[in-house]
Parts: sequence; structure tokens; C-alpha cells
Amino acid sequence: MKKTFRVILDFEKPIIDLQKKIIEMEEYARDTGVDLSEDLKRLRKKADTLRKDVYSKLTPWQRVQLARHLDRPYTLDYIQRITSDFIELHGDRYYADDPAMVGGIGIIDNQRVLIIGQQKGRDVKENLHRNFGMSNPEGYRKALRLMKLAAKFHIPVLSLIDTPGAYPGIGAEERGQAEAIARNLFEMSRLPVPIIVTVIGEGASGGALGIGVGDVILMLENCWYSVISPEGCAAILWKDNSKAPLAAETMKLTAPDLLRLGVIDKIIPEPSGGAHWDHDAAAAILKKHLLEQLKRLNKVPPKDLMEKRIQKYAAMGAWKE
Amino acid sequence: MDWFNKKKKGIASTEKKVMPDGLWVKCDQCGEIIYRPELQKRMFVCHKCNYHFRVTSKEFSEYYFDKDSFQELDQNIKPVDVLKFKDSKRYSDRLKEAQKKTGLSDAVIAGEATIEGHPVAAAIMDFSFIGGSMGSVVGEKISRTIDRACEKKIPLIIVSASGGARMMESALSLMQMAKTSAKLARLADLGIPYISILTDPTTGGTTASFAMLGDIHIAEPGALIGFAGQRVIKQTIGQDLPEGFQTAEFLLEHGFIDIIVPRQEMRATLGRLLNLFWFFPQSNAAEPRKAPPESRQKEDAGKKATAVSSDNK
Repeated sequence: MKKTFRVILDFEKPIIDLQKKIIEMEEYARDTGVDLSEDLKRLRKKADTLRKDVYSKLTPWQRVQLARHLDRPYTLDYIQRITSDFIELHGDRYYADDPAMVGGIGIIDNQRVLIIGQQKGRDVKENLHRNFGMSNPEGYRKALRLMKLAAKFHIPVLSLIDTPGAYPGIGAEERGQAEAIARNLFEMSRLPVPIIVTVIGEGASGGALGIGVGDVILMLENCWYSVISPEGCAAILWKDNSKAPLAAETMKLTAPDLLRLGVIDKIIPEPSGGAHWDHDAAAAILKKHLLEQLKRLNKVPPKDLMEKRIQKYAAMGAWKE
Repeated sequence: MDWFNKKKKGIASTEKKVMPDGLWVKCDQCGEIIYRPELQKRMFVCHKCNYHFRVTSKEFSEYYFDKDSFQELDQNIKPVDVLKFKDSKRYSDRLKEAQKKTGLSDAVIAGEATIEGHPVAAAIMDFSFIGGSMGSVVGEKISRTIDRACEKKIPLIIVSASGGARMMESALSLMQMAKTSAKLARLADLGIPYISILTDPTTGGTTASFAMLGDIHIAEPGALIGFAGQRVIKQTIGQDLPEGFQTAEFLLEHGFIDIIVPRQEMRATLGRLLNLFWFFPQSNAAEPRKAPPESRQKEDAGKKATAVSSDNK
């Protein structure tokens, strides 16, 4: 593990410390010629166990933190790794190009796909450009334009969700943030090509769902997806932002919870310790699952696809009668 | 996000009440003290400043539909606390309280009605039930109302009054946005009209789903309509919001509302629209439909076709 992280989460510290110790010993052994192979073997095993242990016991709040990890692979990181050819396309044809939403056409394992997804930035400059992955209406309209392009040319759609929410701004409201999201829900439910949705990081509310209607909803292990952020929920219901960890617990926003509730269909495992430890491995796992779904959905006639999609959403919710 | 952390206090609930109590009522907008029976006669619209008070779903059904024509259906659909959600209160207790306070099972009533003699499938949200929030029951009842419009080939009317998705049902409430929108896609494919009426307030997930997917969008004057909450926007951008931001008039100006119609004129306007889009006898649409009664045709023919008016009240 030669990666250096700019962000270290509290619960990751013991693992990173051990990792550092291993590197120091390796260097010492190399420089001095002292044989530490037995000790190193023992330590490496210990690190492995520790990592498995820590990451298997994550609380919902810790998962929220992982989903937001600055070293986590973002939409373009995945696109770069899973496609052999990709051309990014821009603009909603009405108002602007929204850098918080990316999309384009590409090839994955000899198949054409159209990929859309929210894009965060890794540093301040990039985040100002990407607006922290918070789309404006033109982002949703760009995504819809591309999806209609996909429908026109019979290309399946892959949607990657990673957003802290749709942007709450004056311009966003003036240009109809609500209408843009609503229109996408409406059009995605009857798009005559397969739509495979994957939550790869944060899935906040309507901003996430705005590109989140599909035939199958996948979710990476360390992600969250809900109606509001834990902070927002804590502010409104507990009247106290610091209750966010408790809100995260209460909201049932992790992948296993959502699988139980029927909101998602499948959990995609991440490399040991989380996707931020190994982008290539995370992308390889995702690619495998996407191909599996493509193979399955490509066989379904468009009419059945649309009907099943509507039925899938019609069944969602919990009530008694 | 930084803008979450800046907040010291939580978001305060809105001060405007749904149908204030007491014999004398103070107008939320101009402060005028109004005798309640007078206000009731005026459909809870201030005689001085035209402020439209928030009213319950029952009142809306009386104001918008023909007298005693609304027949409630799907009353047996009731909410469940599937997540065992507890903040300062248990969700199950909140539900019980809201049910006791409002006499409703959840934040929407659904059924069928007539408007100026035209049959419609209708759902009306109720802001007095947990802020008119959309949970599974709201989603399901609205979906069934859409289904009914599809089956019977009658127009759909949804009256929104909602703060957005219901947090206590978490992701399940979010999915109601997709569910209702998917059903509306089916309705649209059948070519059946849907009129969305946006009243004060219509925000969040409700606006970002069925409320913004009408063939026609009608708002009550002054209604707050938007996606993000004003406090959240203010905190995000760090500046004050322009006057009239997120009002019905603001949305009309920006192209998201077709017409703003005062409460007293709503029924007549709906009647005319339904006639023009669906029940008009010479309509060349493929689907057979019920022609309006003879008397209505004459009345319609004699009416001015231009401005929105209340002359047939």
C-alpha cells in the first residue's frame, strides 16, 4: 500500500500507523541488511486483520465519512478505468454546461454505453469548478439530453451517483431546479433503453434521484443514499447539527439497510479498506458488475423494460391497508 | 459541507398556521383582524390584501370541486413506521398525534369529484398533517389516483400543499418521487390531461416530482413554491434573497407556472380548462369521452374565451 492519503479519518488511524511502521521496517531492513522478514510478515498479517476488522464494524456515520472521502474515486476516475474509449459531451442546449454533471459516450468491453454522473473536485480550485458535485438545473437537463441521445441510438445508460445534493442557489431556483429533476424522473421511467444506476459515493435526496431512476440500482459498499443528508436531518428534526451521527444511524442510509428496504438491488463490494485504497481494483469490481447487468438487461425488449421499471417503482414504500 | 456547520440553531418550523383558530383571525400578511365567519365566506382569503390563508384538504375539496361531489377513496391506506424512526419523538407517535389533530390518516385525501360537471380523479395534499410531507402513503394514494385517471380516462387534478419528502421515512419517501413520476409517464402516454395546482407551500421533493409534471400548472397567488428551503439557500450563498423569491409570481415570471388563479376563481377556471382540453365535444382526440351536459355547453359558448374570470360563479 504505497498510497499517501491527504485525509485520514479517525478510525483509519491505527491502520495507517501500522502501515507506516511496516514501511519504516522495510526501509530499515533494506538499508542495513538486517533480516526482518518474519517480523514484517507478522505485521503485514496484523495490518490485514486490523483493516478487515475496522471496516467490517463501521457505523453508519463512519460510512458517510468514507463516502465523502477526498481520496475516493469519482465519476471520471471510474469512467477512465472502465471504458476503452470515451468522449465527454457537454451542454444542455438551453443555458449552459454544468461541470458538476458529466456525461459522454464510450466503450466498455466492446459495447457502447452512455455514461452520466455527478463529478466532485479533489481540491478547492477543482471543487469551485465542479461546485462540489452539486448540479444546477442545466446539469440535470444535460443528463436528460444525453439519455435521449442514448435512446435514439439504442445505447444503454450507466448512471453514477455521487452528490451532496442539487445546488440550492438563486439561479438554480430561477431556472427550475425542481422542474429539471421532476422531468428526469418522468423521462427516465420511460426511456426505452436499459438504465443501470450505481451509487458510488454520496446519494443526497432529489439531487441524486434526478439521475437515479433505472432498471437496476447498484450501490457500492461504503456509500450513503437518502432523502436528506444526516446534517440536514439533524438540523431539522433534532434542531442540532452535531446530532448528525445519530441521524445517520436513524435514517437507515447504508447499503445493507437500503437493500432490505428494496430501494437498491445489489451491493457492490469495495477493495479491502474501501474504494479510496485502490481505485483500479474498485473500478475493476464495478466494471464486472456493470457488464453482468448489461448482459442481462440487453436481452429484455424495450417495452418490457419500461413496464418493469414502472412496476418496480410502483411497489416502493411501506403502508398498511 | 461548510454551510451545514455554520448553522447554530435548527431550522424553525413555519409560523403560518393552517386555518387559524378563534373567532377573530389576524391576517398573516397585512395584520388585519378579520371576523372568522366572514373569512370563511371568502374562502379564507383576506378581503384587504388578498392573502390566501393555508387551508386544509377538506376546504380545498369544497372550494375547487362541485358541491358535495368529492368522494373520498383509498381511506384505508395507512402509514407504518417501518424504520422505527425516532428523533425527539417517535415517528409512530407523531403519526398518531397528526391523525388525532387532523382526523386524516395521512397528508393526502384522494378520490373522485366533478368540476363544473366534469368528472376528475383528484388528490389533495394537507399541510396540517406533518407539513404535508410525502411519505409512502402519499405516494401510494397519489399513484392510485393516477391509475384511476388512466382506467376511467378522466383528467387528473393534484392539489399540492407540502414541505417535501417525509424525513421519517427516509429513502422510502424519496422513492415516492420516482414512483409518482413513473405513474404520470404512463398517464401522459395515454394522452390524458393532468392539471397540477400548487398552493402555499409546495417545496422540496413534492415540487421536484408530480407538482412540476402537469400539462397545466396553476398556482394560488403568493404561494411559496420552490425546491430548496430559503434558509438553506441563504446559508449556501451567504447573501439575502431577492424580494418575492420563490413565490407563485416569481415562478410565473420564470416560466414554470401557466396561470395564477385566485381561490374564488379556481373552480371556474378548472372547469374551462377541462372543457377545452378534454370534454369539448368537437375534440378530435382518439379516446371517447363524456360530453358535458347540454346546459354547460351553452354556458361555455357564451363565455369569453380570453381572460381568466369568475363570471360564472
